[in-house]
Amino acid sequence: MLFYVAQRLALAVLIVAVALAIMFGMIHIVPGDPVSIVLGPRATPELIAEFRQRMGMDKPLPVQFLLFFLNVLKGDLGRDVFSGYLVLDLVLQQLPHSAALAGLGLGWAVALGIPLGCFSAIKRNSWLDRVTGVLSVSAIAIPTFVVALYALLVFAVWLRWFPAIGAGHSGQIGEQLWYLVLPAFSIGLGWVGFLARLVRASMLETLSENHVRTARAFGLPERWITYRYALRIAILPTVTLLGIGFGRVISAAVFIEIVFARPGMGKLVYDSVVTQNYPVVLGAMFVATGIFVLFTLAADLVNAMLDPRVREKL
Amino acid sequence: MAVIAAAGKIEIGPRGAGAWRRLLSDPLGAFGLALVLLVVAIAIFADLLAQYSPTQLDIRNRFSGPNAAHWLGSDHLGRDTFSRVVYGGRIALWVSLIAVSLSLSIGLVLGMLAGYGPRWLDNTLMLVFDAVRSFPTIMFALAVVTILGPSLNTVIFIVVVTTIPVYGRIVRTQTLSLRTHEFILAERALGAGPFRVLLHHVLPNVIGPALILASMEIPVVITIEAGLSFLGVGVRPPTPSWGSILNDGYAFINDTPWLIIAGGAPVVITTLGFTFLGEALRDIFDPRLRRE
Repeated sequence: MLFYVAQRLALAVLIVAVALAIMFGMIHIVPGDPVSIVLGPRATPELIAEFRQRMGMDKPLPVQFLLFFLNVLKGDLGRDVFSGYLVLDLVLQQLPHSAALAGLGLGWAVALGIPLGCFSAIKRNSWLDRVTGVLSVSAIAIPTFVVALYALLVFAVWLRWFPAIGAGHSGQIGEQLWYLVLPAFSIGLGWVGFLARLVRASMLETLSENHVRTARAFGLPERWITYRYALRIAILPTVTLLGIGFGRVISAAVFIEIVFARPGMGKLVYDSVVTQNYPVVLGAMFVATGIFVLFTLAADLVNAMLDPRVREKL
Repeated sequence: MAVIAAAGKIEIGPRGAGAWRRLLSDPLGAFGLALVLLVVAIAIFADLLAQYSPTQLDIRNRFSGPNAAHWLGSDHLGRDTFSRVVYGGRIALWVSLIAVSLSLSIGLVLGMLAGYGPRWLDNTLMLVFDAVRSFPTIMFALAVVTILGPSLNTVIFIVVVTTIPVYGRIVRTQTLSLRTHEFILAERALGAGPFRVLLHHVLPNVIGPALILASMEIPVVITIEAGLSFLGVGVRPPTPSWGSILNDGYAFINDTPWLIIAGGAPVVITTLGFTFLGEALRDIFDPRLRRE
């Protein structure tokens, strides 16, 4: 078990390191000079030289990469080109907003998607199963930002049931939750479909397995078998999916945060792109990548602990 | 059931007429095919369908609702929304076609190299694939845009880079399992070099699943293009794109709902069409892909 954890951890660190190297390469190998991008076309040679020195860009590339890497390890993601704030601080300020959105979005998707998938599997080929199947595929296929725009149009602009933009005043939890309803609905819709499909498939597989057949042979009530024996195993793949999901949702949050004009990581990145503030863009992207790798890793480990079959192999 | 034919091609699923019949008898698959054909036809015959140039201004008739002159109304510059939607379809399909064929080709080559090549190459490629897949797609796209600047080519570049691992992984898995097949071993015993083996024996067997995957990736590409254009960092104005119509619709949401309705509907129709079609094709030709 310990070996497995160490192995997975090492792989995760390696993946993040490669991701960092790709990001670094992107700025430095791609044609176009990051300095002139930041300073604009009217920068004087002195300004450029001064900026290069301040950002450590006068050193050879391998040294720069090493410094970049060491800084990231120390938690220093560089500074905002304009305000001079630490990128890490900026990102950490916005992270709770995105995390709340992602958590609530996935939360309602789990609450609806798992029961839907479970019922579809038990009542296989019933009308409920068929309708759920078609709706699931549709929910997965339709882009999040189109869902968000239609939700904004219908529920905020036409019906005026929910506020259109913003996140509510800080400190007032009720109001903030109210502002989260439409964004969380939009971001979670596709995941309801994902979860319903996954749980259905995994439930069907589990229901045909030996331990379920044994339980049936013992004459245990069907309800008991379904929930105590089958669902417990069938639900495991959703843990992995949710680990991946959290990282993916943080990325999809860019659209949601812009459509509903909410603060968050996505809004931060978008605003920084508009002003060509690339240290903030890369810093936020690094944090989002780290979150993705971390959650995927955590999901795999939780999965290994929950599933007796996997646990015993380790 | 896999049958190894004399030519060393593993036949999976039905072919030709049988496949057509199965596709058309699957209601969702047939529906998906109809939607896809509709969208493709509209894009091809855009010149005949659009009564206006998609960039022709008519400031006096801005924000008109749907009427006889403007079937889907007009936008904040008085441009005909229907014409913009029709031409936007060309952009969406063009980007998908180019991006999917590029990433499919590169993914095929890299996947076969990873599966057939030495162990270190396999490990390195897998590591890079994992790293790229762990990037948050939209943030990665925004970062690339800051560096390369917004353009159609940037959109294609982003799509290609982020989707190569999708094909690469599946092709690698298939190549790995083919490696130990008898017909490959026989071919190698006869003295065939790695290039001959890959080109004549591995490629025909891995291209099918990769093509099915490609048809299922088209909605993803369309979403990225429309999404980036919606954020204003994709296709440059005044080129019509479904995303930029949605962007205008968002900016003027209190003036007219029609831009959002007209810009969103084709995205929904196209992604649903390709998804239904792709899923049906997968179930017919290669049900094993379902697990991935």
